Amino acid sequence: MKRELRVRRIKNGTVIDHIAAGHALNVLRILGIADGSTEVVSVVMNVSDQKKDIVKIEDWELAPDEVDKIALISPDAIINIIRDYEVVEKRKVVLPSQIVGVVRCMNPNCITNTDEPVKPRFVIRRGEGVELHCVYCGRVITDQIAEFLI
Amino acid sequence: MLNRTAGLRDVMPHVISIRDFSRDEIDRILDRAAELEPIAHGGSSDLLAGRILATLFHEPSTRTRLSFDAAMKRLGGSVIDFGSIEGSAVSKGENLADTIAVVSGYADAIVLRHPKEGAARMASEFSRVPIINAGDGAGQHPTQTLLDLYTIRKESTLDRVKIAIVGDLKYGRTVHSLVYALSLYNAEIHLVSPDQLKVPESLTNDLSESGTRITETTDLDEVIDYVDVMYLTRIQKERFPDPNEYRTVAGSYRITEETLKRVKDDLIIMHPLPRVDEIDYGVDSSRHAVYFKQSFYGVPVRMAILSMVMGDGTAATGGW
Repeated sequence: MKRELRVRRIKNGTVIDHIAAGHALNVLRILGIADGSTEVVSVVMNVSDQKKDIVKIEDWELAPDEVDKIALISPDAIINIIRDYEVVEKRKVVLPSQIVGVVRCMNPNCITNTDEPVKPRFVIRRGEGVELHCVYCGRVITDQIAEFLI
Repeated sequence: MLNRTAGLRDVMPHVISIRDFSRDEIDRILDRAAELEPIAHGGSSDLLAGRILATLFHEPSTRTRLSFDAAMKRLGGSVIDFGSIEGSAVSKGENLADTIAVVSGYADAIVLRHPKEGAARMASEFSRVPIINAGDGAGQHPTQTLLDLYTIRKESTLDRVKIAIVGDLKYGRTVHSLVYALSLYNAEIHLVSPDQLKVPESLTNDLSESGTRITETTDLDEVIDYVDVMYLTRIQKERFPDPNEYRTVAGSYRITEETLKRVKDDLIIMHPLPRVDEIDYGVDSSRHAVYFKQSFYGVPVRMAILSMVMGDGTAATGGW
């Protein structure tokens, strides 16, 4: 039986598959795709049989350092680079060792939550889950990282 | 120690957090402090002659500020500061990054106390001279930790010491750094506090995973006749969002002459000061009381740090 596509195939660009269900919009935030962006983006949320979200971005091949930040909220996401309707590259996101300017520190008294010219920076460690250690104040974010996305 | 930041600052020895130091590096600082201690007892030196230290205190300080001042002057250097916050560019809205960029052009090292956690780490990224953290909010206060270690080493035994840390273990910034540093010396650590002032679970978990022997109790009597060191802390009113909570716990674990009848002969009692009512004045004259010596040891320890970041080059390359 031929599978019915919910969103049409894209000719060129990036398809991010296996995003944890409900996190597609957070993925867009991490990628900086927001009001004013010009990219053509399709979002499918809560795909019923696999409990996942999918994001398709046309005419933009995301580089590894751009997409690996997605691993913060969705470590099983798969990146597909599409050229002329064919998948030319497929790989899992890899958790980076450090992130800058993506997540704000949960400590309201941290220097990064002031008007100082400093971006929040975290060292990432893997414990039972993902742990973000603030380089400045040392506070650790373990749960609900999405809540602290900038 | 060394928080080395990128580029030109690769070899700059900042003092930001005790967690940046290895045991060997700490030992080198304590050794240097022991060498310099005779000068701290009323001597003088020209080790840092011609050098300038800037002290930027965005929060009140007595001991830390004065002992840095004394340490620098004992070594022949001079000290500049911006006086009160009200009279400085800070009151005109200048941010910390700009203040540091400016002052690092005037001095050979900067001592910084700031109410925001992580302020010293950030300052190190904007400074052309070493930053010494003199307390950042509820965060780090590494020179206090170093003088605490020096006191234990001089007045008791640092390696495998049995220590009770008593009082406000949640908000007291000296405690977290000290507990971490003691873990490097295989200490047996007994944390004594009311339930609402226990150390954060993340710290005890970290230490337990590293194999540190650590217990927690609300009852000082459980360990009072067993430990070598009793480290008392002030229950700080300003750290409590709820004044009722403060009143409930204030005055817990008060040490009196009566208490001392149950302790080991060679127990030492330490306190970062100022005290409120944790230690009765009658205890001051006992052989156990070392808290005023501890306060004095801030001078040789800070002399060691200043000389190592500015004077003798021992911190400039290859670690402390």
